[in-house]
Amino acid sequence: MTYPAPASDFQPRWYRRRPSTFWFVERRSYQLFVLRELSSVFVAWFVVFLLLLVRAVGAGPAAFAEFVSWSGQPWMLVLNVVALLFVVLHAVTWFALAPDAMVLKLRGRRVPRRQIIVAHYAVWVVVSVLLAWLVVA
Amino acid sequence: MTASVDVLVVGGGGAGLRAAIAVVEANPRLSVAIVSKVYPMRSHTVSAEGGAAGVIAADDTADEHVYDTVSGGDWLCDQDAVEAFVAEAPRELMRLEHWGCPWSRTPDGHIAVRAFGGMKNKRTWFAADKTGFHLLHTLFQTSLSYPQIRRFDEYFVTTLLVDEGRARGVVAIELATGRVEGIVAKSVILATGGCGRIYPFTTNANIKTGDGMALAYRAGAPLKDMEFVQYHPTGLPFTGILITEAARAEGGWMLNKDGYRYLQDYNLGTPTPSPVMRSMELGPRDRVSQAFVHEQEKGRTLESPYGHVVHLDLRHLGAELIDRKLPFVRELCQRYQNLDPVTELIPVRPVVHYMMGGVGTDIHGATGLPGLYAAGEVACVSINGANRLGSNSLPELLVFGARAGAAAAEFASEVSLPAFSVVSRIYDEQQRLERELQRHTDGGERMADIRTEMQDAMEQHVGIYREGGALAKAADKLQELRERFDRAGIDDHSRTFNTELLAAFELDFMLDVARCIVACALCREESRGAHQRTDFPRRDDDRYLAHSVIHRNPDGTGRMEYAPVTITALPPAERVYGR
Amino acid sequence: MTDSITLEVTRYRPEEESEPRVQAYQVPLRSEWVVLDGLNYIKDRLDGTLSYRWSCRMGICGSCGMTVNGEPTLTCSAFLTDYAPGPIRVEPMRNFPVIRDLVVEVGDFMRKLPTVKPWLIRDEPRPLDLGEFLQTPAEMDEYAQFSMCINCMLCYSACPVYGLDPDFVGPAAIALAQRYNLDSRDQGGRDRRDVLNTAEGVWACTFVGECTTACPKGVDPAGAIQRLKLSTALDSVKSLLWPRGAR
Repeated sequence: MTYPAPASDFQPRWYRRRPSTFWFVERRSYQLFVLRELSSVFVAWFVVFLLLLVRAVGAGPAAFAEFVSWSGQPWMLVLNVVALLFVVLHAVTWFALAPDAMVLKLRGRRVPRRQIIVAHYAVWVVVSVLLAWLVVA
Repeated sequence: MTASVDVLVVGGGGAGLRAAIAVVEANPRLSVAIVSKVYPMRSHTVSAEGGAAGVIAADDTADEHVYDTVSGGDWLCDQDAVEAFVAEAPRELMRLEHWGCPWSRTPDGHIAVRAFGGMKNKRTWFAADKTGFHLLHTLFQTSLSYPQIRRFDEYFVTTLLVDEGRARGVVAIELATGRVEGIVAKSVILATGGCGRIYPFTTNANIKTGDGMALAYRAGAPLKDMEFVQYHPTGLPFTGILITEAARAEGGWMLNKDGYRYLQDYNLGTPTPSPVMRSMELGPRDRVSQAFVHEQEKGRTLESPYGHVVHLDLRHLGAELIDRKLPFVRELCQRYQNLDPVTELIPVRPVVHYMMGGVGTDIHGATGLPGLYAAGEVACVSINGANRLGSNSLPELLVFGARAGAAAAEFASEVSLPAFSVVSRIYDEQQRLERELQRHTDGGERMADIRTEMQDAMEQHVGIYREGGALAKAADKLQELRERFDRAGIDDHSRTFNTELLAAFELDFMLDVARCIVACALCREESRGAHQRTDFPRRDDDRYLAHSVIHRNPDGTGRMEYAPVTITALPPAERVYGR
Repeated sequence: MTDSITLEVTRYRPEEESEPRVQAYQVPLRSEWVVLDGLNYIKDRLDGTLSYRWSCRMGICGSCGMTVNGEPTLTCSAFLTDYAPGPIRVEPMRNFPVIRDLVVEVGDFMRKLPTVKPWLIRDEPRPLDLGEFLQTPAEMDEYAQFSMCINCMLCYSACPVYGLDPDFVGPAAIALAQRYNLDSRDQGGRDRRDVLNTAEGVWACTFVGECTTACPKGVDPAGAIQRLKLSTALDSVKSLLWPRGAR
């Protein structure tokens, strides 16, 4: 059995605030977040740079010399310094967040955040030392 | 707009959610809906802290739980109802566990139980000290797995529809739009909770305004035992925030201004370093709150900016136990009192907490109006009698929520939908609500002032200790407030989410309920449980071993009568604590 | 110390205006008062037309979430003196449509919540007579934190992804799903994966972490989401390598 509806219904207008294109400017935590995301671009740049280096090495001494002088240009140096800073930011922020994703249990107790972060840095140092030794020696 | 369902549940707290699930399980072909003025997870069940009693320990028996409950209720409990309750409580609590409720455990993984006020044995199941929170969220989340349960969230019910002597549904305002909707149903279950906001200091949330009690009263279902209002002994002084009885069950002491455990002066036993069941701080709430009043009269309480207080001492329990068993208590003290219970004393005072009285029901949750059921704090079955024991009300929600759901489902499967004539009642209510919306202030009074005066009158004249003259003053005051309310106005005349109009309706309900409380308190010339008369200090089983029942006359006044208490195994005896 | 403080409150009455505006009120500055007490003072004494939600006033019901001085906050737990000398900006929670004044529409969360199946799922129901599932305190610790969610939705208010992409399932809903995934009694991980392992599920999250910062109950929804990303990714790899054996 259906019942009739009364005379008038009122439907109010909800207000929706449009998020601004520069939403990330309003808070420090958002700014840091966007910088962190942006750092991936520079990680990608380093990968590209490394591939170019590998290609230059493979193409012979002349190509390699050209690559080195190209890399020595001021704007390249600036770019790579900036990229290095961003990559460091990338590593530091992601290491700091690693314990949130990796919940490890040792003998029934949760491994403290600090230890997970320290372990990440330790692995980084070890790998870096190894690579440096390979390159230098 | 009108909707129709088979069973309509008013209120989305523990009792309401359990009832809705029970309807689906009783008869999956019935349509069931929950209408609530707040989203279900906001219901006041969420604030319960201490625990839920159910007999599971090997050395515990149902008979002992019955005895504790009946003696705790000062023999005003209907013993058949208590027996059914005690028998079903453990199963209901176990069902919650199967639904995922995170009951605290013993080291080997079994359900842990703790001591609680007025209980001889440890039988209180608990989920840290947020039992109500976990219970409500488990129930709410489980209810989401039943797609048949429809919800009307943030709809405020303004009246019950009654036609030809039967409950036929409700009229409710959809808060978000201001639209008035009629919801017709074959049976209605009230699960709207208590009415603590009638008093100024209460553990109760803002939403506890006695809506269901007033709705039932106006619809012709009588209210029962309204004079029995429970004061919880340990509420924080300004906010009234609850400090759970579990703090005392774990070993907390109550100290007066001299650091003395004063409960020993009030026939509640002798102090021991660790808690003894049914003794001292583990006595029943009414006696512990009454002791506070006597201490205050003797000048042994402390003055605080918010009235007199005593101290709750948890320091000897140690930080480890407090963090494990009472973490929420610690958090509340730190935030709202700026103190750490591990090292400091907590100022506490009795605050209104629970309503033993309510809509009279039988043991299946049926009220005096056919088609209308009630469960939870809004109902009075009665299993709590003149004073409720702590940790009995959460299982009450489950046991009687389930019973009312099953009974309402059965009723709905046997009757047909309401007749067309009910639509005219919906239109009448819509007209009335339009008029209410347009009330102007125009130099008239503010609702908030009327509410404050009602609360002050109730605390002053209808508190822990009452007296005939004071009660009569309260009755007159409420009459005056009712007249002033009828002439008062509101500032807000918009339709969208008009909470001022809502507050006016809630005040309207509260004034009715308050008058019932005072009327019942005046008529009961004895002292029993939470109702203490200084002019009639004895318990009088000859005249008053009976439930107060109040019906509404057409002119709005109340008509009192007394109904017998069901006594089965336990003949009336003296309440003994501490020995 | 001054005895009053200004509350600058966002007002919006859809029947009268098309845009929100700010209205300033003076309320007494009492040491025990929270922002909610200030709002109640306004409503009771100054202006009854101000609408907002509240109930328990002890931080457990989750009703009173608003944006206070730009931060998602439970107004029942934010003391006026912490903002003195003020003024205090009180706005509705961000990222939700505003119905009226400080009241926002939360239907989106209410619709999303059931989709993650936040209830205990068992292959076979357990008879009541068999008693409880055994669960040690250590097993309970696994999910206890995620069970503390009061559904206040401050995390949704804080999440920029939700602000930009309203289809994102959101922090609280995913944290609740994880609460059941980690409950030793639950067998429903696979049932939830279909909703969580999607572009609008965990993979929409870019780990800004604001949800965890905003949460008044220490639930850490960001942690729940990242853990789920790891576990669903591992499960996807496993089911690729061992299509039949994966469970």
